[in-house]
Amino acid sequence: MNEPAAVGTLWSAGATSSAPLLEVDGLTVLLDVSGAKRAVLRDVSLTVSPGEAVGLVGESGSGKSMTARAIDRLLPRGAEVQGSILFDGGDVGALSGADLRRYRNQVAMIFQDPRAHTNPVRRIGDFMTEALCTNLGVPAAEARRRAVDMLTQVGIEDGARRLRQYPHQMSGGMLQRIMIAAALLTKPRLLLADEPTTALDVTTQAEVMAILDGLRRNFGLAMLFITHDLELAAAICDRTVVMYAGQIVEVRASALLHGDPLHPYTAALAAARPDIAQTADRLRAIPGRPLSAFEAPPAECAFATRCAHATDICRSAVPDLVDLDGGTSRCVRARELRGRLQEAPDA
Amino acid sequence: MPEANGAPVLEAAGLRKEFGDLVAVEDVSFHLPPGRSLAIVGESGSGKTTIARMIVGLERPTSGTITACGHDRSRPPNSTRDRRRRGREVQIVFQDPYTSLDPRQTAEATIDEVLRLHHGWPADRRRARIAELTDLVGLDARQSRALPRSLSGGQRQRVAIARALAAEPTVLILDESVAALDVSIQAQVLNLLADIRDETHVSYILISHDLAVVRQLTDEAIVLHRGTVVERGPTARVLDDPQDPYTQRLRASVPRPGWKPRSRAQPGAGKEPDAS
Amino acid sequence: MSAAVPVTVRSTTRGSRAVGMLRATGPAGIASAIVIAVATFVALFGPLLAPYPPDLPNLSLAWVGPTGGHLLGFDFQGRDVLSRLLAGAQTAMLGPLAVVIVSVTAGTLIAVTAAWRRGATDAVISSGLDILFAFPGILFAVLAAAVFGAGLAAASIALSIAYMPYVARVLRGAALKERSQPYVAALEVQGASATSICLRHLVPNIAPLIVAQATILFGYAMVDLAAISFLGLGVQPPNPNWGVMISENQSGILQGYPLPALAAGVCIVTVVIAVNVLGERLFDQAQAGRI
Repeated sequence: MNEPAAVGTLWSAGATSSAPLLEVDGLTVLLDVSGAKRAVLRDVSLTVSPGEAVGLVGESGSGKSMTARAIDRLLPRGAEVQGSILFDGGDVGALSGADLRRYRNQVAMIFQDPRAHTNPVRRIGDFMTEALCTNLGVPAAEARRRAVDMLTQVGIEDGARRLRQYPHQMSGGMLQRIMIAAALLTKPRLLLADEPTTALDVTTQAEVMAILDGLRRNFGLAMLFITHDLELAAAICDRTVVMYAGQIVEVRASALLHGDPLHPYTAALAAARPDIAQTADRLRAIPGRPLSAFEAPPAECAFATRCAHATDICRSAVPDLVDLDGGTSRCVRARELRGRLQEAPDA
Repeated sequence: MPEANGAPVLEAAGLRKEFGDLVAVEDVSFHLPPGRSLAIVGESGSGKTTIARMIVGLERPTSGTITACGHDRSRPPNSTRDRRRRGREVQIVFQDPYTSLDPRQTAEATIDEVLRLHHGWPADRRRARIAELTDLVGLDARQSRALPRSLSGGQRQRVAIARALAAEPTVLILDESVAALDVSIQAQVLNLLADIRDETHVSYILISHDLAVVRQLTDEAIVLHRGTVVERGPTARVLDDPQDPYTQRLRASVPRPGWKPRSRAQPGAGKEPDAS
Repeated sequence: MSAAVPVTVRSTTRGSRAVGMLRATGPAGIASAIVIAVATFVALFGPLLAPYPPDLPNLSLAWVGPTGGHLLGFDFQGRDVLSRLLAGAQTAMLGPLAVVIVSVTAGTLIAVTAAWRRGATDAVISSGLDILFAFPGILFAVLAAAVFGAGLAAASIALSIAYMPYVARVLRGAALKERSQPYVAALEVQGASATSICLRHLVPNIAPLIVAQATILFGYAMVDLAAISFLGLGVQPPNPNWGVMISENQSGILQGYPLPALAAGVCIVTVVIAVNVLGERLFDQAQAGRI
């Protein structure tokens, strides 16, 4: 299954166009937290081109999940949204009713815990064919045939039997593969994957990642892959976006991110992780803890209190994003620190 | 606290655990020399958590023996004194920081309760010891007096570590204790655990699926697959030069710079058995 | 390693915590608390507060409406209604209180034992509770009246037995969930005894539910005891009791003298509502505070 038997159907009509498929511009989201409006996303802008895989990496409070929810219109009630989200040129925020359902057929989302997103009293087959039958008017038999087909694509050979089973009869890894298959049935053009492998064993994770990567390429699917693991994102995404405290702090080609980061947070995050190939005397831990957008001080760099390279300039204003060598960094000292972020920090 | 004569502080021989028809652990043996750290590596269904629970007495082995500090603990304790003594031999820190503390108890109260359980000390001596322990795990005064709901995941794990250390155990089992933490916090806690080991000479048993963490914290490792030990040896050797096919697969599945996921192109790869 | 999270240090004196909790229940909760406080006060001092002797019949004054110092008029035997209400508060409140204390204590003990031991013990206890569920409370009341003779004591015993399985069932679920939490396991590994873990950790953590159950049951007990007394199996006339007053004066409703029966009914309903509202608010609050 790991090699495409045939290139398969390229669903996206505009697959070869260079206009972005998804355009998020200046997205700011405020949520009602115990009576007060708190920012969870601040001025987030990113684009995903057709067929492109973009990784979104961050820790708790970074806003990575919230970004995906905003794109899929899954924000909690009472959330205030500023800025715009454009899909194929159309404003996502303005959609409602049938248009919104059509949008959700084009933008599919898979979540971290498949069990929390499946109804335990319904069979897999019902769950998988629901969107096809209800939204797209496909006859039931045809929908089931497509479901079995798609299950084969995700490596589940006995699809017909699986359709008749219930979620509790599957392992986590199998259920997640079914979720992927279900998400792809409506032939979406963009897949939002919110930590889809975090709850899985590492060997199962590798399997699911391979399936995801293979399918994406076969079907020319664009993907926004959310994770806390820098290396995992780099494995299947061409570009990686790093978020901290509700803001984007770095955008970089995945291959370059580990060896040549442009933002101190990315460098610190990579350095903090233990190395499987050697034992360090002491890990280079980042002092303090990750902040949410509303905990970050309003008029300085959100990472300044934890950053080994912070100076007075960093504490005087929120830095803007600057373009640098094909990537982007929200660090005032980015150019100055170029190439030196991997070293042990200066005093 | 540490054994003076070099005899293993913890030893398991021929451990077996059955849950009805399911054999969760089959013929597992290992030993932990004093002051060393052992990793029990495995994925879900490997039996690693069951082994941890058997060591601390939350499950009873179907057969086999477990000995800690020279005392057998394969059967339930006979008396209160016995039970408390076992608590001073082996302690555990669980994975989920959000449920491993009583939500109604401050960090100080949590540690105090353990101190009162094991020692007949007067209040001021307990207070002094609480201060020592919270200092050791890096909690400041305000955090020590706070309820768990005001603490972050990393801070709660520090409280859980302090609580375990209050019993002055010879062996500390870390059951995926850093798995639920953010990467930057995980690094802090791993450094903390190394510092604690240097200062108190406690011996660790690390239960984990995360090979990088295992490398960082342990000397020896055993690899479990479906309840049996498939490989054992020094951690560095097991990770750099795995001999068993499962260990090799495990190692190959870890994301690292330049890694690309590959699907196992085996016939019948899609025919996975039903769960439970 | 300092946290940016604001650290809440809770005041630990129980008095100030109680006042804080009460204030947080809102105007409805505070109003309910006042009603309950007044009812409790009346229950304690009722007979002393009564302006006229509650037991003195005077048939020539039967059914006379409110006049002079008799704010609520007279009942079917010419006794002052207000005085009977004040005196009757005692049995009206005491009975349910006893029922709640006994059934909730017994229910908690049984639920925690079943939850802690799990396995066979739990299965046996659960079956026992299921059997008890099969009997309606009224049946117990009839049996108790037959055995002990009709009266408040018999009725209270009967209701305690009838309510206990409900309490036990609800609490068993919560106790099971709490028992399987890692912090309980951590205490077991420390070597703490089952009793100390249950008393110091398990029960306090399900306390919001216990309080909620207690307040709901108080309301039911009040109504059930009134009903039992109405049927003649509980408090016996001429003892003043709100339920008895309804039964004694029910003929007056059709004859055009509804006040005695209605007044007693209003007292019951007011107290029951107040207890339910306060209980619900306290429960919500305690649940929210746990997160």
